[in-house]
Formats: sequence, C-alpha cells, structure tokens
Amino acid sequence: MSAIAAPGPIRLHGLTLGYDRHPAVHHLNGTIPAGELLALAGPNGAGKSTLLKGLTGEIPVLDGRIERPGEIAYLPQIDAIDRSFPVSVMDLASMGLWRRLGPFRALRRTRSAVLDALAVVGLSGFEARPIGTLSGGQFRRALFARLILQDCRTILLDEPFTGIDARTTEDLLALVHAWHGEGRTVVAALHDFGQIRSHFPATLLLAREPVAWGPTLRVLTAENLARARRLSEAWDEEAPVCDGARHAPPRADAAAHDHARDHSHDHDHSRPGDREDAA
Amino acid sequence: MIDLLAPFVEFGFMRRALAGCLALSVSAPPVGVFLMLRRMSLMSDAMSHAILPGAAAGFLVAGLSLPAMTLGGLVAGLAVALLAGAVTRTTMLREDASLAAFYLISLAAGVLLVSLRGSQVDLMHFLFGSVLALDDPALILLGGICTTTLVVLALIYRPLVIECVDPLFLRSVGRAGGPVHFAFLGLVVVNLVGGFQALGTLLAVGLMLLPAVAARFWTRELGSTMAVAVVIAALASFAGLSLSYRLDLPSGPAIVLAAGALYIVSMLVGPQGGLLRRLRRPRHLEA
Repeated sequence: MSAIAAPGPIRLHGLTLGYDRHPAVHHLNGTIPAGELLALAGPNGAGKSTLLKGLTGEIPVLDGRIERPGEIAYLPQIDAIDRSFPVSVMDLASMGLWRRLGPFRALRRTRSAVLDALAVVGLSGFEARPIGTLSGGQFRRALFARLILQDCRTILLDEPFTGIDARTTEDLLALVHAWHGEGRTVVAALHDFGQIRSHFPATLLLAREPVAWGPTLRVLTAENLARARRLSEAWDEEAPVCDGARHAPPRADAAAHDHARDHSHDHDHSRPGDREDAA
Repeated sequence: MIDLLAPFVEFGFMRRALAGCLALSVSAPPVGVFLMLRRMSLMSDAMSHAILPGAAAGFLVAGLSLPAMTLGGLVAGLAVALLAGAVTRTTMLREDASLAAFYLISLAAGVLLVSLRGSQVDLMHFLFGSVLALDDPALILLGGICTTTLVVLALIYRPLVIECVDPLFLRSVGRAGGPVHFAFLGLVVVNLVGGFQALGTLLAVGLMLLPAVAARFWTRELGSTMAVAVVIAALASFAGLSLSYRLDLPSGPAIVLAAGALYIVSMLVGPQGGLLRRLRRPRHLEA
C-alpha cells in the first residue's frame, strides 16, 4: 500500500457510551491525533470494546459526541463471525472491497489486490480454503487481509492478538507498524502491557472513566493501574442520574492531546455520594 | 422412460402440476439454503404458519379465491417478517425469539378465522394445498414468484452473503444490512405463499428446506449447494407427482416425502459428511 494523505484527528467531546443508561465509558474528552498509534488498556469491563464500538458508530452515543475523520475500518472480537458459512478465504478478504465495489462491480479485476493482501499476511495459497478450516491464527490473518483491502485511514482493533501464537502476533504487529508508518491512525484494545510498552507510543488507560491518557510509559504506572482496577469494578443499579458537572477532561497527562478544548466542567471528585469514592 | 412421462403426456392437470412444482423447485431451495446456513431452518416453518391468518382472511372475504388468499397470505407473512426483523434489529431479542412471538400471534388469529366460517374441507385445503388443481392464474403466480426470487437473489447475493457471515462488518461499512435482511425475509414469505398454493402451508416448507439440507451433504461451496438443492427439489417434484398419480396418493405429501427420501439418501451416501463415509474412516494425509 502506498503512503496516504494524513487522516484527520478523532475528537471526543464528553463522550459517554453504555448499555441500559449505565455508562461503560464515562465523559471521555480528548483527541486522537492523525497518525497516532494508540493502545487502549484497562481491566475487563473497563469500556475498551465499548469505546471502539462507539467510535465505529456500532452503538449509539448516550451523551457527548464524536468527530470522526471519515471511513473507519474495524476488527471486532472474533465471535461475531459465523465461521461455518461456506465462503473461502478469498471471499472473506474480498469483503474489504465492499465500499469500492458495492453489490455488483466485478471482483475479477481486484483479484491481484486481494492476492497481494493475502500474501502480506502470509496466507498465500490459502485462497480457496473454506474459512471454517482455518486455525485461529490463520483466521486472524485473513481478517487483517480484509483490513488491508478496506484501506481506511483509521483502523480500530479490538483485542487483535488475543488467543493467537507469538509468531502470528509478531507478523500482525509488524503490519500494524507498517500502517503507522503510512500515517494511518491505529487504535487497538490490548491486555498485554509488555506488548503495549514495546510497540505502542501512546496509551489510553480506561476504567469506565479515563484514568490516564498520554505517552505509554507515563500512563502505565503502578499507581494508575491500581486506580484503574478499583474504578472498573463498580456497577451500581441505584446509581443516580449523572449531571455531568463533575466530569472534567482527563488528568494533566492528557493535556498534550487536548489542546484548545476548553471545557467548563469543574473537577470536583470530593463530593459526598460520588460513585467512585464509594467503590 | 416413456412410461415415466406417460401421466404428464396424457393429462393436462399433471403437466400443470409439474410446471408449477418445477417453478417452485427453482426458487424455493436457494432461499432454503440461506435459511439453513443462517441456522434459521425452522424459521420457514414459523413463517408458513404466519401466512395462515392472511389466507384465511382472504378466504373469509372472497371464498376459495386464489388472488384474495394469496394477497392475504402475502400481507400477513410480510407483516410478521418485517415486525420480527424490526424487533430483532432494534431490541436485544434474537431473530428466532422475536419471530416465534409474532408467528404464534398470527397462527392463533388464523385458526380463529378459519374456525369462524371454514369447514373441515377448507382446512384440509389450507394444510395440504391443491397442486392437481392449478389453474392459469396459479401457474402465472408461481412463475412470477420464481422469476422474482431469482432476480432479487441475484441483486442481493453479495451483501446477503456478507450479512450472513459477518453482519457486524456489513454494518460497519454501510447501510445495506437492513434492506438486504428484509428483502431476504420477503423472499421467504413470497416462496411460502407460492408453495402454500401448490403444497399447502404445512408442506410448503418441505420443498424449501429438505432439498437445501440434503444438498449440504453433496457439496461444500455455496453456489453449488444451491444448484444441487434445485436439482433435488426438481427430482422430488417429479417423483412425488408420479407416485401420487400411480398410487393415488395426495400429491402435496407425496412430493415432500419424495424430498424427504432424497434427504435420507443424501445423508447416508453424501460425500460431504454423509453417514456411510463416516463409518469407513479414510486414511489420513501427510499434511
């Protein structure tokens, strides 16, 4: 893939996402600059997947808004896909061309592009294999081939390396770095802090509330991680309706990401009855 | 061979029955293949019940009139399909559950309507159809349904496959998912209404699903599965009509039983996971 024009930033304004009125991502402010390679970290239930779904528009926004830079490619967690359906690896990868081809335009002319994408992810020779016969790692590679063909400037990955071996992870991480080198914005929800530290320059640590956002080494501190664990565990059936007044943009770390966004919220976490304090 | 064709050469009503069933054999099985692959095989059964109140309402208004009953069936079936589809896409309820809810409501209403005026004979007609009494409008209807189905399937084929494999992906790249989903449900209803005329509500599902399920034992690839299903359905139509003529059996059940027999044969000897292949364990390969 050739170098591409710089994508626009993704801006989040007081973004609240959730289910059943309970926020899973609560009042998130900030900017993901164009070309950023950002890791989303946090415990299970911290809202990583929810944030990615919100960014793609898959789930509605409860409050606040998102400025999207245009088309977004999204790799969901695997279990949404019916692997027993009789389509080939070629078919699956070719789905990435949907925006360009739509329902009718011929696939014949794009065949070489699809084969190239499969070669990049190391699946040459697998074109005709039914997707049901692939191993977990091979299947993930096929999905990355589809992402390549989508050719979007913003790429969201939801736990892309969960359950696959070191070799495949290495290959796919190299691909992620290549995307970063081409100036694409990549946001990935990850659990492996070692991986984040060595491959992702920026991290957003989520625990429903944003805990810290900025350069990875300053975000993934023992203190922040402990705070994230504490915050993420509270789900209160009796939670009061949020008035939004006490939620300011995230802490100082995020300043670099949040220039020019002047929010009038005060930052008062000391009021009695605060949910986090109770947790 | 001549002997096999004799009843169709000799009698116009047999020719009409065969033509109608062949039209249905071309259109219903491909729809059934998608239903099966979406794990919604029983959905067509539910839909066939959902058609009943519409057909019954048509019957109440106009008597045994094909246009009225067909129109009623279409309206009732589409209403149930669209409502169930809409509920599935907007609430947390899964497709099978939302469909079950609506088809039960519809079926109860249908039975109520039939019992308001119908006699036993009418009920038998609803359930088992009248393939040996297909008149011109009925044949035109079946031909039209066949044509519509093939054209619509061709139009929505690519997004329908994507929607089946990875609905989330289709939603993330465009808005085709909803319309395609509803168009497909519409095809199910239209084919069941066509089958209902020829085979009756209970058996219409048979010609849609049995060939599709049987075809799965012969091939792994999607396009050829549909082709094999069509061939099996055509064979079943021919065999069923012949048997019903020779042995004086009701034709609807005979056709579906013929499809059932082909299914059992496929299940036993089919090269893709057929039972006999499983018993004889082949030597494994190097890699």
